[in-house]
Amino acid sequence: MSTDHNDAHAQFSDAAYMQELQSQMLKFANMQLNDHQLAEDAVQEALIGALKNARSFAGKSAYKTWVFAILKNKIADILRKRHRTVEMTNLAGNSADEDEDFSRLFDERGHWHKGMGPDSWGDPEASFKQDQFWQVFEICLENLPERQAKVFMMREFIGLESDEICNNEDLSVSNLHVILYRARMRLQQCLEMRWYSEGEAYA
Amino acid sequence: MLSCREVTRLLSLAQERKLNFSERMQLKMHLMMCKRCKSFSGNLNTLRKAMQKFKQRDD
Repeated sequence: MSTDHNDAHAQFSDAAYMQELQSQMLKFANMQLNDHQLAEDAVQEALIGALKNARSFAGKSAYKTWVFAILKNKIADILRKRHRTVEMTNLAGNSADEDEDFSRLFDERGHWHKGMGPDSWGDPEASFKQDQFWQVFEICLENLPERQAKVFMMREFIGLESDEICNNEDLSVSNLHVILYRARMRLQQCLEMRWYSEGEAYA
Repeated sequence: MLSCREVTRLLSLAQERKLNFSERMQLKMHLMMCKRCKSFSGNLNTLRKAMQKFKQRDD
């Protein structure tokens, strides 16, 4: 359980922080939607949605990552309703990303391709002590397609049970497992590429 | 014999529910013989730890 000063409400009582966060969210939403009213609505809904589940985030980076994941999903919903295809940089919501099957990693018998297999990351604690690691980690989370990001964070940040997530997101349990699998595969690859293969990890 | 691809699916699944006896046995066999998948398995655990740590980090 969180102590009082560590819970999500603490974030909200820091007015300057909230102001800044909201303004970043608005800027992002405006860029994606080109409609100030819709952008404002999306931001408000995202903040409410994030607050509902944000039981305890000790730090601002994690909370921000979570809030933006909600926002991106809201925006994606709006865009789907509008049937608009907009050039989106961070909004990797197209189905090609969401539905990837990682076939390029495995050969026709399903074994890791030579040179594509993961290396051991060694003792994680050494990386966890480094600020730079967490910057890279954040980037990797942000690079997830928005559905994977939201569902994965609901599971691993918020700690919702499978059936809660399935209900909220209208997914079957097997859909859920596939999405989580894809998120984990992506994150593995991202961290491997951007952090652990630089040779910095090995303590 | 499980393929590496199937093993990665199973390892992810293991984080969601308890694997049954057959699943556990096949997984164990494969991991004994496959260095890459063994790494993947450890890395998945690290990923989970990192998520928890990230959330709790005071920054």
